[in-house]
Amino acid sequence: MSLAMFLQHGLNGLTLGSLYALIAIGYTMVYGILRLINFAHSEIFMLGAYFVLWGTTLFFLPWYVAMVVAVVVTAGVGILVDRVAYRPLRDAPRISALISAIGVSFFLQNLTIVAFGAIPREVYRPLWLETPMLMGEVRVLPLTIFVPTLSFLLMLGLVWVVYRTKAGLGMRAISKDIETSYIMGVSVNRIISLTFGIGSALAAASGIMWALRYPQLQPVMGSIPGFKAFIAAVFGGIGSIPGAVVGGVILGFTEIMAVAFFPDLAGYRDAFAFVLLIAILLIKPTGLMGAKLEDKV
Amino acid sequence: MKRLLVLGVVMVLALAGTAAAADTVRVGVYLPLTGQMAYGGQLELEGIQMAYKEMPEILGQKVELFVVDNKSDKVESANAVKRLIDKEKVVAIIGTYGSSLAMAGGEVAEKSAIPMVGTSCTNPLVTQGKKYIFRVCFIDPFQGAGAATYAFKELGFKKAALLVDVANDYSVGLASFFQKSFAKQGGEVVANLKYQSGDQDFTAQLTEIISKKPDVMFIPSYFAEGAIIMKQAQELGAQFRIMGGDAMDNPKIVEIGGAAVEGFVHTTFPYDPSMKDMSPMAQKFTDNWNKTYPGKEPNVNAALGYDTYMLVLDAIKRAGKADPAAITTALAATKGFEGVTGATTINATHDAEKPVGLVLIKGGKKTYVGSITPEL
Repeated sequence: MSLAMFLQHGLNGLTLGSLYALIAIGYTMVYGILRLINFAHSEIFMLGAYFVLWGTTLFFLPWYVAMVVAVVVTAGVGILVDRVAYRPLRDAPRISALISAIGVSFFLQNLTIVAFGAIPREVYRPLWLETPMLMGEVRVLPLTIFVPTLSFLLMLGLVWVVYRTKAGLGMRAISKDIETSYIMGVSVNRIISLTFGIGSALAAASGIMWALRYPQLQPVMGSIPGFKAFIAAVFGGIGSIPGAVVGGVILGFTEIMAVAFFPDLAGYRDAFAFVLLIAILLIKPTGLMGAKLEDKV
Repeated sequence: MKRLLVLGVVMVLALAGTAAAADTVRVGVYLPLTGQMAYGGQLELEGIQMAYKEMPEILGQKVELFVVDNKSDKVESANAVKRLIDKEKVVAIIGTYGSSLAMAGGEVAEKSAIPMVGTSCTNPLVTQGKKYIFRVCFIDPFQGAGAATYAFKELGFKKAALLVDVANDYSVGLASFFQKSFAKQGGEVVANLKYQSGDQDFTAQLTEIISKKPDVMFIPSYFAEGAIIMKQAQELGAQFRIMGGDAMDNPKIVEIGGAAVEGFVHTTFPYDPSMKDMSPMAQKFTDNWNKTYPGKEPNVNAALGYDTYMLVLDAIKRAGKADPAAITTALAATKGFEGVTGATTINATHDAEKPVGLVLIKGGKKTYVGSITPEL
C-alpha cells in the first residue's frame, strides 16, 4: 500500500470515527446518569438530519440557519422523550425504561415515515463542502477536515460543561448517587433534562454531518450508525465521555483499515467491530476507560 | 360485560368479512414500501394500482387488492405472505421487488400452494424447483452477461472492478454472472470488493478499487446505495465508468445523484419513457401514467408492476375461476401475453424471456440506448 493510499484511508477513518464518537457521547451521558441505554438515540440522530430538510424545504431557511434550528429543536425532542417516556418510569425497574426506550425508537421511526415518507431523500450540500482539495495524491474534502474539527470542538465544550460548571457538577453528583443528590438539593429532573438536551443536540449535530458526508436521508438511517456508536461507547467504557470519543475514533479507524488491509474480507466489515468489542470486553470488562469510577458522567 | 360486547362486535365483523369474500376475487400484493428498496417497491405499487383502476373486475366479479409492506426485509416478507394467505385468503399473490425478499416470501406461498408472480426479482433461485412461483422478468445470468457484453464489446473496456452487497442474493448473483461473462470474453476483473446492505460508508472499498485502476466498475446494488456509492466515488476522484443492473433504474437518479451519475449505464427491461419506438402497449401505458400521476415519470418497475397485475388477471380469466390451482396451471401455460415490457412467455423454469435493455445517463437525462444479446 502506498503512503498516499494509507493517508487517504486514514482520513476516511478519522471522519467516520469522529461521527461515531459524537453519537456515542449521547449514549454514554445518559447511561452514566440513569444507567439507561437510550435506544431512541439513533432516531434522535436521524431526526436531526430530517429537521434540516424540513427547515430548508418547508420554511425556506438558509441551510446554515436550518442546521442551528435543527440542533435546537432536536435537543427539545430529546428532552420531551425523557419527560414523556422515561421520567414516569424513574422509580420503576430498569428494564421498564429500557423497553420504553425501544418503544420510543419504533415510534419516532414510524412517525418519520408518516411525516416525510419512506423514500430516501436527497440532501442539499453547499458546493464548497464537496469540492475536493488535492494534497499530493490524497484527495481531501473540506468535509473531512470540517467534521473531525467540529466534533473535537463540541467534545471540548462538553468536557468544560461537565467539569467546570455547576450543572456539570450536578451531573457528576447524580451519576454517583441519585437519591443522595435529591437530598443535597440538586434539582435532579432539571439536570437530567439538560443531559438529554445536550446528548440530543450532539446527536443532531452528528446526524447533520452524517447527512453531509453520506448525502441521503431515510427514516431508518439511524439504526446502523446508532448501533456502531453504541458499540463504540461500550468499547470505550460506557459512562465515560473520553471513553466514548476514543472508542468511536478507534472503531472508525478499525472499520476502514480492516477493509484497506484485507480487501477480500470487506464484506465482514461489521463483524470486525464486534470482534474488537468482544476482545476488549474479555480483557477489560469495563471497557477501555470505564474502570475509573470518577469518570462516570 | 364490556369485554363481551367487544367480542360480539369482532365476531360480527369477522362474519361480515367472510360474507364479502364470496363475491370478490382476492389478490394479494407484497412489496418493499419502506426501507432500502422502497424506491422501486413504491413505483411497482403505483403501476399495479393503475392497472387495477383500468381493470377492476374479472369473470364478472370485483377484484379486491390487499397490499402489505414487506419493509425490504426477508423475515417481514415471509410474514407478509403468510398474512396474505392465512388472514386475507387471497387466491394469487403479486410480488415482490427484490430477489432476497421474493425467495423468503416464495417459500411460504409454495408451501400453501398459492400462485405468486414476481415483478422484478431476477435471481434464478426465486423460481428454481418451485411449482407455484412465476415472474414477468428475465433472470440475472442474462442481465449480468448483458452488462459485461456491453462493457467489453461496445465500450471496449478490458479491466473491470466489482463492488458487491454480500448480504443480497440479487447483488451476489448479478456480480458472479458479470464476472463469468466478462472473463470469458477476454476481460479481466481486477478487484472484487464487498459491502453489507445498509452500509453508508464505501470510502475504504472505493479507495482500494481506485488504486487498481479499472476501466469500469460494476455495482449490482439497489438504488439507495448505488447513488451514495457513485457520489463517494466522484469525491474520491474515480476516473472509471460505472455500470449497474435493473435495480438502479429510477426516474430520480439524476436528481439524487447529480453530476456523479453522468455517464452511468445500467441494464434494464425493454421499457423506458425515453424509448424512441415504443410498442402501442408501452405508448398507452406511458400516456395513461402521465394522466394518472401527473408530474411523475414512469419507469420500468412501474411497467413491470402493471404487467404483473394484468398477467395475473389474464390467468384468472383463462382459468375460468378464481381458484389457486387453476390459476397456477393457467400461469404456467402463458404464451405471448402482450405487456408493456414486451411479449411474455412463461418458460419451463417459470421465467419470462425478454431482451436486455440498456439505459445511459447523458446530459442529466435517462436515455434508452437499445437492447443487447448477452454473451453467456
